[in-house]
Amino acid sequence: MKVVMMSDELKDMVMSRIRKDVMLGTLAKGTRNDGRQMDAFRPISVQKGALTSADGSALACIGGTKVLASVKFDVATPFADRPNEGVLISNAELLPTASPSFEPGPPDENSIEFARIVDRAVRSAECVDLKSLFIKEGKVISLFLDLYVLDHTGNFIDAGTLAASAALSDAKFPKVEGEKIIRGQYVGPLKPRALPISTTFVKVGKTWLVDPTREEELVQDCRITIATTESHVCTIQKGKGSLTKQELLDNIDIAFKRGSEIRAML
Amino acid sequence: MMSSSISEVRLVVDGKRLDGRTAEDLRQLRIETGVLHEADGSAFVEWGGNKIICGVYGPRECIPRFEASPYRALVKCRYMMSPFASLEEHSRSGPSRRSTELSKVIREVFENLVIAEKFPNTQIDIYIDVLQAEGGTRTASITAAAVALANAGIPMKDMVAAVAVGKADGHMLVDLGKAEDNFGQSDTPVAFASRSKDILLIQMDGMLTREEMVQALDMAERAEAKIHAVQADSLKRHYEEAGEKKFLM
Repeated sequence: MKVVMMSDELKDMVMSRIRKDVMLGTLAKGTRNDGRQMDAFRPISVQKGALTSADGSALACIGGTKVLASVKFDVATPFADRPNEGVLISNAELLPTASPSFEPGPPDENSIEFARIVDRAVRSAECVDLKSLFIKEGKVISLFLDLYVLDHTGNFIDAGTLAASAALSDAKFPKVEGEKIIRGQYVGPLKPRALPISTTFVKVGKTWLVDPTREEELVQDCRITIATTESHVCTIQKGKGSLTKQELLDNIDIAFKRGSEIRAML
Repeated sequence: MMSSSISEVRLVVDGKRLDGRTAEDLRQLRIETGVLHEADGSAFVEWGGNKIICGVYGPRECIPRFEASPYRALVKCRYMMSPFASLEEHSRSGPSRRSTELSKVIREVFENLVIAEKFPNTQIDIYIDVLQAEGGTRTASITAAAVALANAGIPMKDMVAAVAVGKADGHMLVDLGKAEDNFGQSDTPVAFASRSKDILLIQMDGMLTREEMVQALDMAERAEAKIHAVQADSLKRHYEEAGEKKFLM
């Protein structure tokens, strides 16, 4: 008799089909696997100043997902097209420590996309007045915003935006003497001008879910992230799948609502 | 977007944009189908100052093999900006963080359209090279790739056309040029499926209110009907006219 080994791909296909059927059954009853409302976040907590080595830091937890954000200043040469402005550099690491689906190695498209979404949200909302980071001609302060995903149970994007906003509101403005930053000495708080909050939605079957868990992400048909300030949409990024104009506008309304609730925690 | 720092730049004067367009005018768009000899499908798009070539290969053997799916073809996409594409200094060649992100979001457009179940164990490669860039290269790339895939005879559920809308100098504008993108208040690239009108790509930066978002989507939808007409015309011309297709000349 011939023994047929099930390929990993086949196993994944079968398992995800079963998972999806179970989830669709639960959603049809009007609830999610973890008992949440469709438009509810998991419990959120933010701890500012999680590190003392950085100039600003925060640990944001959404459910079991933990993202650490650090703000650190340095001195750099400005970009040629913006000689009077400081430089904002965002980077993200999906640590293999955090999930079996993350692998060591150079940043893949998911971590690059993640860093660029958070970067766009911070930049678009004009959190930091980059002109205030000017030192003298050819010398500016650079702001490094680093995001470390420490534990991934779904939706690290929103945890990342939240951690970034919290770290920026925790950050202190460095003391500059001549062309150098005096480490550990500050002239006052950085005082971000706005705090973007993102809300990520996935569509499973016909249902839109806010703040997806890992298992919801695995069976998603569409993903969209919408970041808002108090008054404006400041970043949108669609992942896989497609959606209608009305679905997008409905999700924008929810993003404004959830955004102001979460912002109040900072 | 850095709007506040350069908000003094005037981009709309008396309802006209720097290049004389009205708010909803597109830049000149020309699409040439089937310009490459060896590719299974190809298209060259000239859109304002953008010059973009797209070649489609496949369905062909999936490499590396372990990635192959016994159920469907993999859609792969590589968007690349040439180091000589912009007026500024010579940039670095090879993939950047930006091009990695764009390759991903463009792939996610076509994964919705290509009927991949027809070609198990294969891959379909979409190669996009931006030879010259003047704002809106991702949307021009999607517009080109849709034509190249159709030219390759790859079955799709729908066509797609894309355009960037946004806000510059306080006005909502369609098909942002480079200055409007760089000095404007928001850039929102959108791709609509031509028949179903589903949104296949949406990204956004800068600041828009909800009302402005509604306006942006409506403007994009109207623009995309025009772009679709140019795509359809290009494909039709390709199969009507024999002979070498010219591009970049």
